Parts: sequence; C-alpha cells; structure tokens
Amino acid sequence: MTDVNLVPLLPATQVLLTALVVLLLDLFYQEGEKGLLAWVSLLGLALCAGETLFLWGSQESAFGDAVMLDNFALFFTQIFLGAAALTILSSVHYIRQAEIHEGEFYALVLFATTGMILMAAAKDLIVFFLALETMSIAVYILTGIWRASGRSSEAAMKYFLMGAFATGFLLYGIALIYGATGSTHLNEISNYLIESPEDWPPYLIGGALLLLVGFAFKVGAVPFHFWVPDVYEGAPTPVTGFMSVAVKAAAFAAWARILMHQLAPLDSDWAFPLWVLAIITMTLGNLLAISQASVKRMLAYSSIAHAGYLLVALVVGEEWGGLPLLFYLLTYAFMAFGAFAVITALAETEQSPEDYRDFSGLGFKHPFLGMAMTLFMLSLAGFPPLAGFAGKFYVFRSAVLSGHLALAIIGVLNSLLSVIYYLRVIVAMYMEEGGAEGKSFRQAPYLYIAIGLAALGTLYLGILPARALEWSRVAFLSLD
Amino acid sequence: MDHPYFPLLVLFAIAGVVVVALLTLAQSIGPKSISPVKADPFESGNPPRGDARIRFSVRFYLVAMLFLIFDLEVVFLYPWAILFRRLGWFGVIEMGIFLALLLIGFIYVWKKGALEWD
Amino acid sequence: MVPLNHYLILSAAIFAIGVVGVVIRRNLIVVLMSIELMLNAVNLTFIAFSRFLGSMEGQVVVFFVMAVAAAEAVVGLAIIISVFRHRQSLDPQEMQLLKW
Repeated sequence: MTDVNLVPLLPATQVLLTALVVLLLDLFYQEGEKGLLAWVSLLGLALCAGETLFLWGSQESAFGDAVMLDNFALFFTQIFLGAAALTILSSVHYIRQAEIHEGEFYALVLFATTGMILMAAAKDLIVFFLALETMSIAVYILTGIWRASGRSSEAAMKYFLMGAFATGFLLYGIALIYGATGSTHLNEISNYLIESPEDWPPYLIGGALLLLVGFAFKVGAVPFHFWVPDVYEGAPTPVTGFMSVAVKAAAFAAWARILMHQLAPLDSDWAFPLWVLAIITMTLGNLLAISQASVKRMLAYSSIAHAGYLLVALVVGEEWGGLPLLFYLLTYAFMAFGAFAVITALAETEQSPEDYRDFSGLGFKHPFLGMAMTLFMLSLAGFPPLAGFAGKFYVFRSAVLSGHLALAIIGVLNSLLSVIYYLRVIVAMYMEEGGAEGKSFRQAPYLYIAIGLAALGTLYLGILPARALEWSRVAFLSLD
Repeated sequence: MDHPYFPLLVLFAIAGVVVVALLTLAQSIGPKSISPVKADPFESGNPPRGDARIRFSVRFYLVAMLFLIFDLEVVFLYPWAILFRRLGWFGVIEMGIFLALLLIGFIYVWKKGALEWD
Repeated sequence: MVPLNHYLILSAAIFAIGVVGVVIRRNLIVVLMSIELMLNAVNLTFIAFSRFLGSMEGQVVVFFVMAVAAAEAVVGLAIIISVFRHRQSLDPQEMQLLKW
C-alpha cells in the first residue's frame, strides 16, 4: 500500500494545482488585478513543460499501471501545454472585450488540459473515461462561457448534448469490453486478446465497435460530425482554436494508445469501417467546406477534413501509421491554432466579422495578420515547404508504403480540392477591398505574439522537420 | 443458433426493434387532434385559473445543482469507510486530499455568493 | 439465478429507450434525462458483468460513472438555464442561431 509512485502524475498534478491556485486567487483579487491570472497560468504551464523535458525518456507507471508516463504521454503533454499556453495568450484581450470572467476562463482551460494529459497517459479504461470527462466537461463550459452571446450558449448546448450522447456510447463499449475480457486494464485486455484468439464472446466486437463510434464522435468524423460546424462557429474563437487543436489531439492520442496499439488484435474487425470512415470524412469535409460563407465555419469543416487525413494514418496501422499520426497532430496544432487566432484578431462583437468579405483587404490594412493568415492557409492546403505539407507527405507516404494506394490517392485528390477554399481567403485578403477592421498590435499585443509563435512553428516544422520527426518516432516507440 | 455471434445479433436486433417500435408507436397511436380544450391543464374539472407554469426562482436550480455535486461525492466515502483499517494512513491521506479538493470547491462556491439567497 | 443474458438484454433495452429519447424528445430537460438513462443502463451492464465475473472492478466503475453523470447533469442544467435566458424556450428545434 505504501509503494505509491507519484512521479507519473507530476505533469497532470502541476497543471491541476495551477488551476486551483488561479481559481482561488480569482476570489481574492480585485477587478483590476485579474490580469495577473493569465501570468500565473502561463507560469504553471511553463513549470509543467520543464517537468516534461526533465522526465523525457522515463517509463513509469502509477496506481497498478493505470497511469503510464512514457514518451508517448510526454509528447502529447507538450502539445497540450503549448496549445493551452497559446490559447491563454490569444484570449487575454478577447475575454476582457467580451466581459468573460477571467479566473474561470483560465482555470477551465487548465482543468481541460489536466484531463487531456491524463487521457494521453491512461492505461486503464476507467482512467481514460474519467480523463475524457474532465476534459469534456471543462470544454462544454468554455464553449458557453460568453454568456452575453446567444450563439455561445446555443453552441454549448449542442456540444453538451452531442458530447454526452457520445459518452454514453463510449461507456457502453467499455462495459461490453469489460464483460468480455474481465478487466478494464488495457494490458490485461490485450493479453486476453492475444492468448485466446478467436475465442471471443460476441459482445467484445460489439463493445469495440461502440468504442469506435464514441471516438468518431469525439474527433468529429463523418457521419458523426454534424455538431462540429455549429459548435466551432458559436464558441468564443480562442476556445474554438483550443478545441480544434488540443481536444482533437487528445482524442487521437487516446485512440492511438487504446484502439491502435493495445487492441491491435481486433484490427481486422474494424479495418473496413475505419477505411470507409476515413474516406467519407476527408471527402465530405472538403466538399462542405467549399460552400461556406463564414471563414470560421469553413475552418470547422476543414478540421473535419483534417480528421479524415488523421484517420488515414489510423487505418494504415501501428507499424507505418504511428509516426505520421503524431507528427501530423503536431503540425496541425500550429497551423489550425494560428488560423483561429487570426479570426480572433478580427472578431469582438456578437455579430462576429468572420465571413470571407470581412477578410477583404486585410493584407493591406494589417500586413502582419495578412502574411500570417496566408501562411496558415497555404500550410493547411498542404503547400511545401510548410508544416502542412510535411505532415500530409508522411501520412500519404505511409499509406502508399503499407499498400493502401487507394486511400493515398483519394487523400491527395482531397488535398487538391481543399486548395479552392483556402485560396479564397488569400484572394479576399489581397485582391478585394473593404472588409472588417482588425485589432492592431498595440490593442492586443499578446494575441500578436501567439500568432507569431504559431507562424514560426508552421515554418519551422515545414523546413526542418527532422528533429520533430525523430521526436515523434521516439514517442510512438515508447508504447509498450 | 450456435454461431458465437448469435447473441450479439439478438442484442442488436432487440435494440433495433425497440427503437423502431417506439418510434412507429409514437407516430401511429400518439394523439393527433389537438384542440384548445384538450390542451388545457386538468384541474379537477374546474376551469384552469392562472398559468400552470409558475416561474421558479433560478436560485432553486443553483442550490439543487450544488447539492447534487456535493451529495454524490459522499459515494466515495463508503468504500473508504469499509476498508478504513486495511488502508490505514494511506487511506486517510488519500481521503484528506479528496476532501481538500472538495473544500476548495466549497470555498469557491461560498465566496462567489452562490449560497446567499438574495 | 437470473442468467446474465437477461440483464444484458434489459440494459440494452433501457439504453435504446435512452437513445430514442435523445433523438425524438422536444424538451431539453427530457433529453438530459434520456442521457442519464443511457448512462444508468451502462451501469446496470457493469454491475451484471461484475457479479458474473466475480470481479470488483465493475462496481468501482459504477461509482465513478455516477459521480461523472452528476457533474454532467449539473453542467447540462447550467447550460440549459443559460440558453433559456436567451431564448425563453427549451425546444431544441428552435435553436436556429446556428444552423444544425
């Protein structure tokens, strides 16, 4: 009872404690002092980032192997920390403008991050479920935190209903798997699967498919995607960026660890559904993105399409798909976050300026925002030498090498299709006039810093991907 | 019948049948003719007086929500209480951490004024 | 003793009723209740398996699921109140600010 190893919980505890400190400080600070809360949060995140660097390479588990701290968990922890830090930086100005409570906002971002960190480290389906809910509940509230905005409340409602609905399926899947294998612990489940091949009770496959449906809901794969555009459009823009980057990365992290790695013996049972899911998600996401008038909504559909590319890596399987999956999530984090941050720079009222025409002339009015948005759009479309190109290159390469030629071809065609709507933004920014006013650097310096960091990341990962690739490889290989 | 997946098929078939049956039942035998008289609330034969929907103060919801959360956390005290001796100091410290987290929540609720009725 | 399959069929039926409720009901509170019904059907499955496998894990899960369900219900109610303030209606069909 006494040999409790708490080291694997260190990153999650660090973030959780920061969240609690922020929450308590918020109670005792006067109105004018609350700007400090952002810095307290960032300090906590920075400390945690230091810990992940220090712990890099460790392979420790806690609570009877229920939580596993390996490079895989640390890799994703770093993505979540980065996303949370950028979100906080980009929302300092926004939430003051929208009159959102500062303490609660930062604390909720940190609570969600805690859940994500545990999600990537979960080795037990119960821990996974609890971590998922810690993240989801915090994000439901974040979606609706702009209470003065009807759209924000409505988006929160829709997200909550769909999320809780999906949770039901996920949990039912866990229950059936538990019944079939007699354990919720992933190692024991996979031992069972390996030791008694083909002698499985029927509800095992049912449970696995329900788990698949639950995950598909959470990452927003077609046909479980219908909540994504509404929620992304209605949520406060910094929260949308956080959702599209961190929540998606967390869901894929758990997917990779649980379905792709630990439940690998079931591969043959869901290979086909997953294959279909990948193709329709890519195609429908891109087709629907073309017809949108709002850039924010277009980015929501684009995020569905990108989930499709990530599904390709999952179809390809552990041997080839692991590294591309991790690397793609890393590249996607920078470019998608950047794109939403630029919209944050435009939006501040209930009638948020986020249509294509609002971007007209942005390239001349705010050269920095125009340049950054151009960079993010080109990267999302997959132009070399940017991060998006490198990410897609490795995903499609793995598909070809593992013999999924059809998937690779459909993926590349989809990429070409996506150029249409990404370029429309650039055309609007540089070839049209009028449009909305953006915030200047002086009005929102931290937002500009966040955009600059995202742009740097996009450039760096595109031009010099070698180190990040090595990093992703080491991380994926640490799964045992 | 002996196929190993047969019970699964039965499971899904029953789930499917229940869904379809309930949907069609609701469609087919659900009331269709809605007249103003029918839509009136039934108050023991008297003509209804006033609006049946009295707006409750939103405070009730708040208190209910707080009660729900704090009440359910007690669930975790039961297993601890049963294994109190076996767990020893480890259990005490664990429970201390758990209750400390709850206490922070309580302080938050208190300071925010959610417990004031006015 | 009641065989395991009976429990599984019962919980599958309750789960299905919950799913139907979420899909067809027109009042957010009832939709929330249907979601709770789904979670409780899952709890029943866990308990049944736990009993028949002779393992405690299933029972422990149920504790956690109950706590999570309560947290979810609270957040759901809070969101419903916030929506109601804007729209004065609890019909999800009337949520048209964002097209579904």
